[in-house]
Amino acid sequence: MWKKYIKPYRKEAITGFGFKLIEAFFELMVPLIVADIIDNGIGNSDTNYIIKMGALMFFLTFAGYGCALVCQYFASKTSQGFGTYLRNDMYKAINAFDYEEIDNIGTPSLITRMSNDIVQIQLAVAMIIRLCSRGPFLIIGSLVMAFRINFQMALIFMLCAPLIALTIYMVMFKSLPLYTNIQKQLDHVALICRENLSGIRVIRAFSKQQYERKRFHEATSKQKDEQIGVGKISALLNPFTNIIVNCGIMLVLYVGAIKVNVGTLTQGEIVALINYMNSILLAMIAFANTILILIKASACYKRVNAILNIQPTIIGGNETNGVSDAPLVRFDHVSFNYHNAKAIEDVSFTIDQGETIGIIGGTGSGKTTLVNLIGRFYEVSSGQIYIKDKPIQNYTLESLREMMGFVPQQAVLFSGTVRKNICWGKQDATDEEIDEALQLAQASFVYDLSEGIDTYINQDGHNLSGGQRQRLTIARALVKKPELLILDDSASALDFATDAALRKSLASLDQTTIIVSQRVSSLMHADKILVLSHGQLVGMGNHQQLMKDCLIYQEIVHSQLSKEVA
Amino acid sequence: MDMKTIKRLLTFCKPYLKYLYLALICSAIQIIFTLLTPVLIGRAVDHVIGVNQVDFDLLYQILIYIALSVMVAEIFDLLVVRLSNKMTYAITKDLRDQLFEKYSKLPLSYIDSHPHGDLLSRMSNDIDLIGDGLLQGFTHLFNGIATIIGTICFMLYINVPIAMIVIVLTPLSLVVATVIANKTYKYFQEQLALRGEMSAYIEEMIGHQKIVKAFAYEKTNQEVFEEINQRVYVSGVKSQFLGALANPSTRVVNNIVYASVCVAGSLYAVSGHMSVGSLSSFLTYANQYTKPFNEISNVFTELQTALASAARIFDILDTPVEKEVQSPQTITHPQGHVQIVDLTFSYEPKQKLIENLNVEAKPGQTIAIVGPTGCGKTTLINLLMRFYDPLKGHIYIDGIDTMNMDRDYLRSLYGMVLQESWLFNGTIKENIAYGKEATDEEIIEAAKNAHAHKFIIQLKDGYDTMVSEEGGNLSQGQKQLLCIARIMLMKPPMLILDEATSSIDTRTERQVQDAFDTMMQNRTTFIVAHRLSTIQKADQILVMNHGQIIEQGKHEELLEKHGFYHHLYYSQFDVQHDNN
Repeated sequence: MWKKYIKPYRKEAITGFGFKLIEAFFELMVPLIVADIIDNGIGNSDTNYIIKMGALMFFLTFAGYGCALVCQYFASKTSQGFGTYLRNDMYKAINAFDYEEIDNIGTPSLITRMSNDIVQIQLAVAMIIRLCSRGPFLIIGSLVMAFRINFQMALIFMLCAPLIALTIYMVMFKSLPLYTNIQKQLDHVALICRENLSGIRVIRAFSKQQYERKRFHEATSKQKDEQIGVGKISALLNPFTNIIVNCGIMLVLYVGAIKVNVGTLTQGEIVALINYMNSILLAMIAFANTILILIKASACYKRVNAILNIQPTIIGGNETNGVSDAPLVRFDHVSFNYHNAKAIEDVSFTIDQGETIGIIGGTGSGKTTLVNLIGRFYEVSSGQIYIKDKPIQNYTLESLREMMGFVPQQAVLFSGTVRKNICWGKQDATDEEIDEALQLAQASFVYDLSEGIDTYINQDGHNLSGGQRQRLTIARALVKKPELLILDDSASALDFATDAALRKSLASLDQTTIIVSQRVSSLMHADKILVLSHGQLVGMGNHQQLMKDCLIYQEIVHSQLSKEVA
Repeated sequence: MDMKTIKRLLTFCKPYLKYLYLALICSAIQIIFTLLTPVLIGRAVDHVIGVNQVDFDLLYQILIYIALSVMVAEIFDLLVVRLSNKMTYAITKDLRDQLFEKYSKLPLSYIDSHPHGDLLSRMSNDIDLIGDGLLQGFTHLFNGIATIIGTICFMLYINVPIAMIVIVLTPLSLVVATVIANKTYKYFQEQLALRGEMSAYIEEMIGHQKIVKAFAYEKTNQEVFEEINQRVYVSGVKSQFLGALANPSTRVVNNIVYASVCVAGSLYAVSGHMSVGSLSSFLTYANQYTKPFNEISNVFTELQTALASAARIFDILDTPVEKEVQSPQTITHPQGHVQIVDLTFSYEPKQKLIENLNVEAKPGQTIAIVGPTGCGKTTLINLLMRFYDPLKGHIYIDGIDTMNMDRDYLRSLYGMVLQESWLFNGTIKENIAYGKEATDEEIIEAAKNAHAHKFIIQLKDGYDTMVSEEGGNLSQGQKQLLCIARIMLMKPPMLILDEATSSIDTRTERQVQDAFDTMMQNRTTFIVAHRLSTIQKADQILVMNHGQIIEQGKHEELLEKHGFYHHLYYSQFDVQHDNN
């Protein structure tokens, strides 16, 4: 994945990396110049030399700054470009998912991966360019410089550098898992708070505020203890590394003094060595922070990659049209397993054009799953579905769904005007077509809104009532003039009067319709009613037939309708 | 910066003042010794001049001083960090607890009118930000200021003219940092806004991906997304570049200072006014001197954020809570005689919802509330339970004004099952026993009465099955059954049911209905009704529309009126007659 998304920005990445190396090289030169100034300039009282070398230092400073700017620019370009490509591809991948994959991963998780995770990875890309080159280069460079000055003195460096690295490693890897725990605990705190907000009426009805406060208090106490625990470990980092570096410096002074005394080392070189020792520490800490970001990013990377690697299981065929006067939908011994449990078992039926079909059954009986199979949102496990006499797999997904108008159980609208929402059904719908759909869906309330069909709907349609939203989702499906209209328990938020008016207006069209409902009154007039129970088709026929010979249907009817009607 | 908020935030530090003072003392000691080290190292260098010019005795003595100084500095550093951690986490915990307590005391109207996401984010994000700000403040602010002052003193002590160079030049880095920060701010804001737009789009579209698929809208959405994404890219490069400028820019100032000190120091050394060791300590100081400046400016940005967050928290903490009555009244043997007298209520002053409502429910009666969607049926429930208080009028239970009762007591008189069933993270057993401590037998008994026992024992862990967040692993109907069981256990004198059976399995629905009937016997019940049988059996029907009660009476009476109820009732019937 890295390769694929870095590739378009390879040049920028390499340029950025290169300039950072040059900057680090300049940085490395500075202590050496200082040593020269001390030994040659001060030693020989050569003021000209001092000024010359000073000018060189100023030059290196500005040249380094220039390099840093170039590097930053290319690093920004690379990492932002990387993230942008990745997001586009990820969105594309998610768009190709079918229902089962979305159900499995869950929407909140998809959203975090798309936003937070990619930002983390993006940050890591910039960090690699900026710091991963500088840190190791400075460390190795300082070591090399130390060796150049004096081999034996450099051995002190060879002792200190690994010790610093080890300390950083120990502290980081002791505290990292603890940070994960803290995050989990914070999630738990948030969960209790969320429960308390959503269940506020129940909690107050039961007068459990005190109890909930205790529950929350326990969670925050635990969080505090964990935070202090991690703090104790990470507080060790600075003191320990500082002690190691200062021990190193003392060793340099101790051993150096002996060498200076016999003339194998100069005073200026000791100062340079002390400088290099300090810069190794700084470089290592910066490098450790980079590693930390990389570790975080690699977890994010795994989560993102998991999404990109999912292959959609449902792939469309090539055909766009079926046999024109064949039955619209035919189920032939269809079974469907969801998460290894039987959701639909051996169901066969036919829907002719122009028919109204009712599907009834309790929660979990498989009603919604059944209509989702018609839209090929899930793939059948065995058996075959035919749409206009051709296997459902032959159609392109787009043309298949073009035939159908779905009105989902939950009345979902998108932020935007009413018009924009209705146009989901037909992108180029005219005002007349929109009006027609609104009338049919009993949604003429739209015209009473402040700006009619151009009234803005908030996210999730919070400025409309449940019933209003539902009617708009029906209009959205109707504007398509679909060959098959599927109402998935869509009248549940409507009152009886509106529900009845809607059914009347739908009956006036010659519209093939599937009505899924738990309410007998919503579908008792259908041409054919399918009665589902635990994924099995336990009855099929019109109201009168089913009243005669389907026990489950009779039970449902008796539980809902008063005796005179039934 | 907002002094009021700072002061208020400081009051939260009060219980931990001793930690604060200790931390300050430790910090001062730590800084003195940290700054002493380079001086000692410089001294040591001065004793290592050249061949046969090394004073080993003095050198060893200084080395021991260095070791001691480093040890003392690091021990106190450790103490400072620990103390600040302890203080910060204790304060954030206190803040969280207080905020939570506030949430549980705020009037419902407040909670209802504020997005829960926002309230939650104050609880988690804002308090986290305050914690970060405090931690930075405690560890770096004092430390930074003290380091700067200390460094200046040490430098002045070693060499006044060179110290002046550093003192004059270094604030340059502050100027540079501020200029960049101001420039960047605009782009950061833009970037944040764009990210927000993008997140909102992702949330909406991926959240409803099923609809997107059903309408084959993937391509259109991809185009919109890529357009937003492109804008994020363009602004992202700018803001990231500018943001990343701060670091090298302050570094360049630092390097200029370093080079100046080096040249000036060397020239002084040549003229014999300064030793090489002093130059070395000076260089170390010059190298470290900009660090506290950068840290302090970071602290100020973090503190700014923290204060903004703190203001958001205090905003909620200052919201008035529900008032409780002084000497609450109770009922010895609640009969469930409810009288609503001249009740007037509205959510917004402009829009009158309930006006002069009078209803009397005799003990054991059933009051059905009917009406089209969104007619405000839940408003009445809000008033009965005193989730909201009426503008005018009274509700009496057994002759006692509910305004004179303790809210918790009043609510304990009702058993309530709402449309949206609510379960919390815990076992099924815990969820059923939520209203009342109960033995296992009582819990099972209640579950049986609610027809929930059967499905519960089919679950893997039976009554000990964990209910995940918002009950995701149970069906809507099963959740509702658990909520009913909860009430069955409580046996309250009055009931409030809100379309309680609408999402329950059609087949179990009748059984639940039976259980309800038993429960409703001898209990005054207010029920938001959708089913004919319930309505017909009711002792009184309240017909609501547009938030107002427009008709009131028994089923037959209302039918004779040929009014709204008549219309509502027959709109249901005529279709059914067509088919018969």
